[in-house]
Amino acid sequence: MTKKLVVIGNGMAPGRVLDHLFDKAPDAYQVTIFNAEPRVNYDRIMLSPVLSGEKAYEDIIIHDDAWYESHGVTLHKGKKVMEIDRADRKVIAADGTVAEYDKLLIATGSSPFVIPVPGKDLAGVVTYRDLDDVDAMLDAAKSGGHAVVIGGGLLGLEAAYGLKRQGMDVTVLHLMPTLMERQLDPSAGYLLEKALIDRDIKIITRANTKEITGRDGKVAGVVLEDGTELPANIVVMAVGIRPSAQLADDAGLEVGRGILVDDHLVTSDPDILAVGECVEHRGQCYGLVAPLYDMAKVIAANLAGDAEPEYTGSVTATKLKVTGIDLYSAGDFAEAEDREEIVLRDAAGGVYKRLVLKDNKIIGAVLYGDTADGAWFFDMLKKGTDISDLRETLIFGQAYAGGAPLDPTAAVAALPDDAEICGCNGVCKGAIVQAITEKGLTGIDGVRAHTKASGSCGTCTGLVEQLLKVTLGDAFQPDAVQPMCGCTDLGHDDVRRLIVAQELKSIPAVMQELNWKTSCGCAKCRPALNYYLLATWPGEYVDDKQSRFINERVHANIQKDGTYSVVPRMWGGITTPDELRAIADVADKFQIPTVKVTGGQRIDLLGVKKEDLPAVWADLNAAGMVSGHAYGKSLRTVKTCVGTDWCRFGTQDSTGLGIKLEKFMWGSWTPHKVKLGVSGCPRNCAEATCKDIGVVCVDSGYEIHFAGAAGMHVKGTELLCTVATETEVLEYIGALTQLYREQGRYLERIYKWADRVGLDVAREQVVENAARRKELNARFVYSQQFMQNDPWAERAQGKDAEEFTSFRLGHLGKVA
Amino acid sequence: MKTKTQVWIEICRLEDIPPQGARVIRATLGCVALFRTATDKVFALEDRCPHKGGPLSQGIVHETGVTCPMHNWVIDLETGRAKAPDEGRVRTFPVEVRDGTVLIDRALLA
Repeated sequence: MTKKLVVIGNGMAPGRVLDHLFDKAPDAYQVTIFNAEPRVNYDRIMLSPVLSGEKAYEDIIIHDDAWYESHGVTLHKGKKVMEIDRADRKVIAADGTVAEYDKLLIATGSSPFVIPVPGKDLAGVVTYRDLDDVDAMLDAAKSGGHAVVIGGGLLGLEAAYGLKRQGMDVTVLHLMPTLMERQLDPSAGYLLEKALIDRDIKIITRANTKEITGRDGKVAGVVLEDGTELPANIVVMAVGIRPSAQLADDAGLEVGRGILVDDHLVTSDPDILAVGECVEHRGQCYGLVAPLYDMAKVIAANLAGDAEPEYTGSVTATKLKVTGIDLYSAGDFAEAEDREEIVLRDAAGGVYKRLVLKDNKIIGAVLYGDTADGAWFFDMLKKGTDISDLRETLIFGQAYAGGAPLDPTAAVAALPDDAEICGCNGVCKGAIVQAITEKGLTGIDGVRAHTKASGSCGTCTGLVEQLLKVTLGDAFQPDAVQPMCGCTDLGHDDVRRLIVAQELKSIPAVMQELNWKTSCGCAKCRPALNYYLLATWPGEYVDDKQSRFINERVHANIQKDGTYSVVPRMWGGITTPDELRAIADVADKFQIPTVKVTGGQRIDLLGVKKEDLPAVWADLNAAGMVSGHAYGKSLRTVKTCVGTDWCRFGTQDSTGLGIKLEKFMWGSWTPHKVKLGVSGCPRNCAEATCKDIGVVCVDSGYEIHFAGAAGMHVKGTELLCTVATETEVLEYIGALTQLYREQGRYLERIYKWADRVGLDVAREQVVENAARRKELNARFVYSQQFMQNDPWAERAQGKDAEEFTSFRLGHLGKVA
Repeated sequence: MKTKTQVWIEICRLEDIPPQGARVIRATLGCVALFRTATDKVFALEDRCPHKGGPLSQGIVHETGVTCPMHNWVIDLETGRAKAPDEGRVRTFPVEVRDGTVLIDRALLA
């Protein structure tokens, strides 16, 4: 006797189940399908090409009406099942249609999240799930205008691209710092963002949608938390999906996030099976098509009476369907100690490939720019192939597999003389070899000076070095450049030069374009890069707080017991009874155990609990005090003596000048800490001659000193010059500081920088060359307009609040 | 899969932990640091460096390691082991992210 199979849902998963079932046991069931959508089974993952106009609906139909007919399937189009009556084994649709079953297959799929912001119900706010959504978008696109897509994941980006192709002006809002962060690491995310911007799609990351505004019941715009307003004729929400398990839940089936199924895809009722995105299997819910197809095979076998096949979970791979952007992501690509990664970056070609290996097997792969080998890697990943023998050439893909590792020098030696080495300056191999032999060059700097090769973007530096090696043999001594860290072969100076030359404006941009060897850098390079970018692009670069050492991240000094110390700014070392009272009150109120005067004439409050920091700052701010930056690689203090105000030897107003200098320079970030001193006479009571920058006032004016130290090394300053007025003091010191900011390597004090580049460099650029001095000072002044915000005030007002709060167990939420 | 000994309790949403950052759970036995990597993996470790007890939660997170803010030991988030040549190990706790919610086994914290 033919049994009755009822299927709820007509998506890709049940479609595939039926394909398999009719293959295996064509006559076992009489099949009835309920489809809430008024149409046949179509390929949902091809909706994006329909939206972009690259395909039509007819092209993506999987089963047409004839198919249902030929298999004797009853298809109820546009009928939504409202109830499963398990006792009588029947389902009931909204219009009253009833179907009895022997076996029931639930394939209700998933529904899109709608973020609960005001305006979400306005006309013109759509999700991206089915053909109706696509029709709504195509309709909106006809009249052009602005589209805002909320969500920079796979679907959101495909929607954005489709709407752009339809002629709309498109902005993507993404909550996270990088696009598709679930599938991509920051490097690949950066390349993707660049490619989308090239397609004239605007991207706003870290975008928190506050409200969707409307006019006459129709969407008009989107407002972000930070106040940004965007006009919108249509808003697409593509922020994620949720398994549709309500119907199953109502029927009393066991439901977690999705409908719980075992390895045979059977629910808690042995006669009811479930498949697809509505399912939770071994704690996993899937939103991609491959796992659904894996499930479909097992379920079809099960329905056909073969209990052997089991579903054990799927490894998933993702491909972005945006024409011209090649992106592939599969498996698990986080690192751990027992994992290794192979990274290939080809900055010029815009290619990024990363394989994560564990026990000589591929467990994850991200490919950007060249995805030809995605399937090959994915196949090895799924099969757990041992790649030991392929390792050397694995990242180059299948074409190289098994071939001998290339000797890079041999490859360069084999190049013809007219092969272009430096694309930026059009320098070929012959010209470089000729320069090396004729001019007797021995290093990269010489080649750069004589041929310009590798002098611009620098990505051919490796090639030029190989040419030196090929030409000079053992006589070639590679420049002993100390790499920044293990993540790169480049030294600090090269990285800085290339940040400027290539206009790199984010950490992922630097890592990609400069061929970083790791995916996210380390605790050595990230703070350095963050500083270099901050110093190079003032007002433009967004500070990366996760790349800052804890002291700078929380604007206080971490102490040995995990508490913090706080030093308010005390301009030029001058304070008032009110300030002192406020400090005393804060110390009492927050039970701060130690109050100490620092070597730089400031007051240090030691032993503040981290969670108290914002409140401590609020109180100090209320008394008019701001952060002393005692924690930062930045301007710390300007130490002074009392000068002409009180001292019988004082020749100038050293206190007043100290205050002016501190007000001019506070807030500036520098390669290392910077401390100043201003002494009112040559007796030098402010000890200005062992400071990074010191001023000694004399009868005729002001001696400006620099490159002193009184820390690990004790070193007297060098005289820079003598000037006549306070205005000149500010200009010269501004220029000197800026020169150090631009040339100093991260964590290199002024005295070490001066020692490395030579004292004459500073004298030449700051003293002798007036035009250069004015340029440097102007850059310093420009940068300062963005820097002089009190970091304490911002945080006292709630910025980074999560940094200062912890979760207390016991007050915590429900058992999951 | 749930096992008999594990009771998962909700701590926070994934987005409550900054990417490449950490949050602290204060539990009876001490502080536990919850780390989130750039690729959204979440790890839970005792918030004490095996070297001199530095609060690991305050360090810089890179890949799946954290550099202790006190003396720059690098601790592997997955195993809790210090990176050679340093030696030592910090307790790790099972943690899960389900549907964007971070869960930790209460039995190990109570």
